[in-house]
Amino acid sequence: MTADAGAGVESPAPSRSDMPLFAMRGVSKRYGGVRALSDAELSIEAGRIHAVLGENGAGKSTLIKIMAGVVAPDEGRMLLDGEPVAFDSPSDAQAAGIACIFQELSLIPDLSVADNIAISNPPRRFGLIDRRAQRRMAEEALARAGADNIHPLALVKDLSLSRRQMVEIAKALARKPRILILDEATSALTAADVTKIYDVLRRLREDGLALVYISHRMHEIAELADECTVFCNGRSVASFPAGTRTDNEIVELMIGREFNAVFPARSPRAPSDDAPRLEVRHLGWTERLNDVSLKLHAGEVIGLGGLDGQGQRELLLALFGVLRGTTGEVLIDGRPVALRGPHVAKRKDIGMALIPEDRKTEGLMLPMSVRDNLSFAALDTLSHLGVVDAAAERDAVDRIVRMLAIRTDGTDLPAGSLSGGNQQKLVLGKWLMIAPRILLLNDPTRGIDVGTKQEIYQLLRELAEAGAAILFYSTDYDELVGCCDRVLVMYDGAVRRELIGAEINERALVSSALNIGAEVSHHVAANAART
Amino acid sequence: MTGDGSYWLREHKGTLLAFGAFVAMFTIYAANHPAGLNANVATTAANKGVLLAIVAIAQTLVVVTSGIDLSVGMVMVLANCLASTIVVGTPAMTALGVVGVLLVGALCGAINGIIVIFGRLQPIVTTIATGAVYYGAALALRRVPGGDVNATLADALTGQLPGGVPASLVLLLALVLVVWLPFRRSVIGRAAYALGSSEVAAYMSGVPIRRAKFVAYTLSGLLASVAGLFLTCITYSGEASAANGSTYTLYSIAAVVLGGVSLFGGSGSAIGAIFGALMFRTIGDLLFVFNVEPLWQPLFQGMVLLAAICLGSLRLLRIRNRLDLYG
Repeated sequence: MTADAGAGVESPAPSRSDMPLFAMRGVSKRYGGVRALSDAELSIEAGRIHAVLGENGAGKSTLIKIMAGVVAPDEGRMLLDGEPVAFDSPSDAQAAGIACIFQELSLIPDLSVADNIAISNPPRRFGLIDRRAQRRMAEEALARAGADNIHPLALVKDLSLSRRQMVEIAKALARKPRILILDEATSALTAADVTKIYDVLRRLREDGLALVYISHRMHEIAELADECTVFCNGRSVASFPAGTRTDNEIVELMIGREFNAVFPARSPRAPSDDAPRLEVRHLGWTERLNDVSLKLHAGEVIGLGGLDGQGQRELLLALFGVLRGTTGEVLIDGRPVALRGPHVAKRKDIGMALIPEDRKTEGLMLPMSVRDNLSFAALDTLSHLGVVDAAAERDAVDRIVRMLAIRTDGTDLPAGSLSGGNQQKLVLGKWLMIAPRILLLNDPTRGIDVGTKQEIYQLLRELAEAGAAILFYSTDYDELVGCCDRVLVMYDGAVRRELIGAEINERALVSSALNIGAEVSHHVAANAART
Repeated sequence: MTGDGSYWLREHKGTLLAFGAFVAMFTIYAANHPAGLNANVATTAANKGVLLAIVAIAQTLVVVTSGIDLSVGMVMVLANCLASTIVVGTPAMTALGVVGVLLVGALCGAINGIIVIFGRLQPIVTTIATGAVYYGAALALRRVPGGDVNATLADALTGQLPGGVPASLVLLLALVLVVWLPFRRSVIGRAAYALGSSEVAAYMSGVPIRRAKFVAYTLSGLLASVAGLFLTCITYSGEASAANGSTYTLYSIAAVVLGGVSLFGGSGSAIGAIFGALMFRTIGDLLFVFNVEPLWQPLFQGMVLLAAICLGSLRLLRIRNRLDLYG
C-alpha cells in the first residue's frame, strides 16, 4: 500500500491532465540537526480542497511555513502555474496569491477589525488610507467569511477567540488569494462558527480557489476534502482522493516512525489501594480545559498523549498553580489543596515540581552558574535565617551533578555553556534538589540527543520506583509507549481515552489522538493485539 | 450599521479623557486667575504648553511602536543651541537656518532609528546613549548660554494673532495637520501601530516594520528640533542645559501617559498626548493660582502622574494565566 501511495505522489491525480496550480518538488528543510521536511511533494489544484494530515512533528507546520514565505526551504523547488517561485518573506507569498491562516493568530490586538483586514494593502486616496473604502472592503470580506455580525470598528482585543479566528479568515480573503491555507483553522471556533466556515469553504471552492486544509479532525476531512496528502517523519508518504482510504488506513500511513530509543524495563505494578498521591476532579479553565479528572499514585508514570495543543500544557500549568480561575478540585494524599502558585505547589507537604517546555526561558537562567541554577528551587532548605549555607549547597549540588551525570567542567560555569541535553538535566536536577513527590514533565526531551533521552527515561523509572508520582506529557508517541504505565489521551481540553498496559501502542495513540470513533479504535486495538 | 459611536468612543477613550481633564483644569485655572483670562495670560500659558506638547508628539511617535525615546529632550537642546547660532540674519539666511535645524533634528532621530532597527538594541539604552552624544554636541556648540535668533520669526511664533489668539497654538495645529494626521492615516503609520501592538503579528501580515520604525524615530527627531527652535524663539538664546533636556524628556513621557497613549505600544494618539502635555502644565499653573508653594509643585505633579499610571494596572484583573504577568 505504501508503495503505490508513493507512485501516487509522482503523478498526482492522473485524471487531471492540466498542470497543478501550485506544486512542491523535493522540498527539504532542516533545523540544526533535525530534518523537519525531507523531499516533500505536494500538488494543489484550483477549485479543490486539499487536506494535509500527519501526527506531531510530521512536517505539516514546516510545509505551510515554506508555502507562506515564513521560512525558506534548504532544497527543492516550488512551482506556481508551472513557473518556479521563491518567497523571501510573507509579503512575497501574499503577492503571489497565497494567503495563510495560522494557528497562532496574526491579528494585531490594538487595531480595529477593519484595520486588521486591510493591513497588508489598505485602500488609499492621495497616499493616505481611505477609511470609507477600507470599511467597505472589511464589510465585504466579513460577509464573504460568513461573519457579517462582527462590527468592523470593534477592536480585535475585545473579541472572543472564535470571533478573532473569523476575522483572521476574512483578512485572508480580503487579499483575494488564489490559494488559501488553513492551519487548524477550526480548532478555536465555536460549533456555530464551524458550520458557517464549512459553507464558506465550499463556496470558495466553487469560486475556484485552491484550499489547503490542515486539520486533525477526521470528520472534517471526510466532510470537506477532495484530496488528501499524508505526512510522516517529514516526508509526504501518500496522496490520494478523499474517501478512497479508510480512517484506519490513514492512521497506518501516519505512523511508522523509526524506533530509535531503548526504554528501561517496567516492573509490573499491582494497582494500589492507597489514596492517590494526586487526584484531579473535574478540572476546568476557560475553554482550554474541560472537566479533566485523573488519579496518580506513588510509583506510577502517567503519560499525557494526544496531538499538540489539546490542553496538556494547560493541565500541567493548572496543577502547578499558574492558571487563575480554574474550577474543580485538586487533592494531594486525599486532602484538597488550593494551588495558588509555584511557591505553594513546591511546598514540602505537596512536593510538586514542573519541568517546563522551554528550558531556555522558563527553566534556566542561562548566564548564571550551574550551581546557582541547581539550587534555586531548594534555596529555602539550604539556608539558615536567609543566608545560604555554602557548604550544604555545594554538597547538594555535587550530589545532583553526580546522580544525573551532568557533563560540565565545573559548577561555576554558566548554564548556557552546557549542551542542550545537559541543560535539560540541569532543569530536572534543579527540581530533584527538593526531592519532589509529584513530578510534572512538559515534553522534557524535545530537541535533545538520543543518549540523554535514554538517561532521562532511566531516571524517570528510578524516580518512580523510589516512590515519586510522575505525570509526563510528550509529543513523541514512542516515549509514551516506552515510559508510561498508563496514558491519558487528550482532545479539545478533555481526557478522551485512557490506555493501560498493552493497550499503549502507537496505533492506539494516534487513532485516539485523532478522536476517531470507538469502533475504529477497537479495530486498531484488535490489530495491535494480533501483531 | 448601529453602534459606530460606541466603537469610536472605545478607541478614543484615552484622548477624550485627557481632553476632558484638561478642559476642566483649565476652566478652574482661568476662573481663579487673579488677572482673569486675558490674551496675555493665555499666550504665556499657550507658549509653555505648546513647547511641551511638541515634545510629547515626538515621544508619541516612538511610544506607539512600543519604543521610547529618551533623547527627545537632548535633541531639543541641541536644536536650541544650533538655532541660536544659525537662525539669524536676513530672511533668506534665517529660512536656511530653520531648514538646517530641522535637518539636524531629523538626522538625530534617524540615527536612533537605524541603531534600534539594525542593531536590534532596546530603544531605552540606545536613546540614553545617543542622547548623551547629542547633548555633548550641544555643549560643544554653545559652551556658555547666549546667541540670538531672528526677532521677527521669534515674535511671530510666540506672539498673538489679530484677535488675541496665541500664534503658538496655530503652530501646534499646523504640526498636527502636516505631521501627525498624515502619519496616522498613512500605511507607514498603521504599520507603526501594528508593530507596537504585536511585532510578530505585524511581520506575519507583511507589514513594512523597518520602514515604519525608521519613519517614527526620524519624525520624532524632527519634531524635537521644532521644539528646540520654538524654545529659542521664547528665550531669544541658546543654552546647552542638561537639566532642561532631562526634564523635557521625562515630562514628555508624563504627557504621553496622561494623554492615554499606552507605553506598551499600539494604542493612543498624539492628540491625547497634546492634551496630556497641556494638562501637565496646567497642574503647575493651578498650584500657582492657589498659592501653593512652588516647591510643592513636583510632588503634586508626581502624584497626578502616579495616579494616571496606576489606571494602567486595571488590565491585570483580566489576566487568567499568571505566566502572562511575567511574559
